Amino acid sequence: MFDIERWQEIFDTIRKNKLRTFLTGLSVASGIFILVILLGFGQGMRNGIAHEFEQDAATSVWVWPGMTSMEYKGMNPGRRIQLRNENYENWDQMNRERIEFSSPRNFVNGISVTYGNEALVYGVQGVSPQFQFIENAKMSEGRFLNQTDHDNTAKVVVIGQKIRQDVFGSLETPIGEYIDISGLPFKIVGVYKEQEEREEERMYIPLNTAQKVFNGGDRINNLAYTLPPAETFDQAVAEAVAFKDQLQSYLQQAHTVAPEDTSAIQVWSALEEAKRYYSLTRNIKLFFWFVGICTIIAGVVGVSNIMLIVVKERTREIGIRKALGAKPWSIVGMILHEAIFVTAISGFLGLIFSMGLLELVGPHVEVDYIMNPSVNLSVALSTVAVLILAGTIAGFFPAWRAANVQVITALRDE
Amino acid sequence: MIEIRDLHKSYQMGSNSLHVLKGINFKAEEGELVAIMGSSGSGKSTLLNILGMLDEADTGDYILDGVKIEKLSETKAARYRNKFLGFVFQSFNLINYKTAMENVALPLYYQKVSRKDRETKALKYLEQVGLKEWANHLPSELSGGQKQRVAIARAMAAEPKVLLADEPTGALDSTTSYEVMDLIQQINDQGNTILVVTHEEDIAHMCKRIIHLRDGVIVEDKKIDQVRASEYVQ
Ligand SMILES: Nc1ncnc2c1ncn2[C@@H]1O[C@H](COP(=O)(O)OP(=O)(O)OP(=O)(O)O)[C@@H](O)[C@H]1O
Ligand SMILES: [Mg+2]
Repeated sequence: MFDIERWQEIFDTIRKNKLRTFLTGLSVASGIFILVILLGFGQGMRNGIAHEFEQDAATSVWVWPGMTSMEYKGMNPGRRIQLRNENYENWDQMNRERIEFSSPRNFVNGISVTYGNEALVYGVQGVSPQFQFIENAKMSEGRFLNQTDHDNTAKVVVIGQKIRQDVFGSLETPIGEYIDISGLPFKIVGVYKEQEEREEERMYIPLNTAQKVFNGGDRINNLAYTLPPAETFDQAVAEAVAFKDQLQSYLQQAHTVAPEDTSAIQVWSALEEAKRYYSLTRNIKLFFWFVGICTIIAGVVGVSNIMLIVVKERTREIGIRKALGAKPWSIVGMILHEAIFVTAISGFLGLIFSMGLLELVGPHVEVDYIMNPSVNLSVALSTVAVLILAGTIAGFFPAWRAANVQVITALRDE
Repeated sequence: MIEIRDLHKSYQMGSNSLHVLKGINFKAEEGELVAIMGSSGSGKSTLLNILGMLDEADTGDYILDGVKIEKLSETKAARYRNKFLGFVFQSFNLINYKTAMENVALPLYYQKVSRKDRETKALKYLEQVGLKEWANHLPSELSGGQKQRVAIARAMAAEPKVLLADEPTGALDSTTSYEVMDLIQQINDQGNTILVVTHEEDIAHMCKRIIHLRDGVIVEDKKIDQVRASEYVQ
């Protein structure tokens, strides 16, 4: 390796065989280039999908009670499950650090809502102040419910943007107006906006008010949670699934439901739903690896072919060198030394070009489902190493054969 | 210097084998200049290649400079080729991407001579063959005679004891042939043992001894009066 004479001999050879060197180098460099770009876009696609998904992917988890479908501990199937405040509070207590926001929800039934003389047919729901964040609702006017409202059983209401338009369209602001719910005046304190209009047709009042004023007792219709953000997407999914499963079995125990009876208490995790996407990205990853490995194989075959041709082309030269007294190992060494040198240099050039391109262009790629295509440096480096190794092995055998046949056989080669 | 005893060589071609050398006995002392003649296909090149260790005999003894050459490792054989033997081919066998000087210097590379010394020596031998001004030319820019002179310079550069030339003038016209023979005679004058394969009577008579090969054996071996090639070269 540090034989200066050998290096000089190799540089001579390279300098005087520019075309051969160029073609070898070009094929290696372009192989690496294509591979890195491919892997980069594979990653970009993963990034893109993860991103699309993270936007609305609330790490939310919802609990919907239903009816038991199995007999369990002497209880008949067909029993309706009713969630209670204690279910919510206990679980909250036990899992404080795993929960970002949480809110029980109580649908207020058997009420009539009017504004002035106008009867309103919107649903009224009792929720906690945190519900705003779970629904990702933005306040367009006023404020959302707060803890004080809750503690004071305040008769305040937050309405959706759609209601504001339909009912209070002529007012400058509906804040401060009163609506009448079953004879009780509720003051409007805020207007919220959501992605979907359907979700803007609700009126939220404090849970406490809903339960105490409208005979709700401690009944809860459903539970909603969001989980704190995780380091990675995969981790978030894992945590959501664990949270969901544990929450479900906690509630099953609390209500004496068979563990297998998943329909009695349904827990739905947005992230788990997203497993579809998750496995999609996994398949995409696999696909790109498959394509990448095919590319590497093509690269290996290409480099090997070139090495075979190079050695074949040099067989006569090998014969001449041997006739002049070259030892077999010095010939094999010379050919491989040159091959490794050329493939390494061109491999790294291909690597630098492709990674530079990804670095420059990557962040500006704004196509749906593709985001910031990039490639793992160590993956790219291993690819170069694989190609160098392949070139070396592919060059070794013909070189070894040419260096070990009778000199006259090598010389006769044409 | 060179001695072979009962040397046999056959070539395997598919199922049948061709017995080319059928028991050659031959001895050449130091300083001899021997012409090897015979019809085409009589095995002259085969014999010379075995002597030059470019090929191996099937059976028989080969003693080079007192050492029996037998089943040598490639590494040892390489050392003999490098130190003892110089080979000149009918088809020159120069490396086409190397200049005349680099070609001449190549055997010295394998003797681990430093780059500078290699160049000095190569130039010296190129001067001897009258091609100093052509040192930086590629083989493709040289005439046949010039190429063969470069090849001879290359064979001489390693300062071998034995020079083997297989039809060194085979591809050259008669004037150039005589120039090449003049060179070979000069090298021989310096005490080197030289074997020349040739078809041409006049070339053979510029040696000191002629052996004839026919059907794989030596049928004639005679000493002759040498004709100096310089008489034909102006
Ligand atoms: N590698 C080989 N494989 C098979 N047969 C061979 C091989 N080399 C030579 N021969 C055969 O061996 C015989 C002797 O060949 P050789 O080259 O020694 O002849 P030669 O006397 O040098 O002939 P020429 O004057 O034409 O050069 C020929 O019949 C040739 O066909
Ligand atoms: Mg011949």
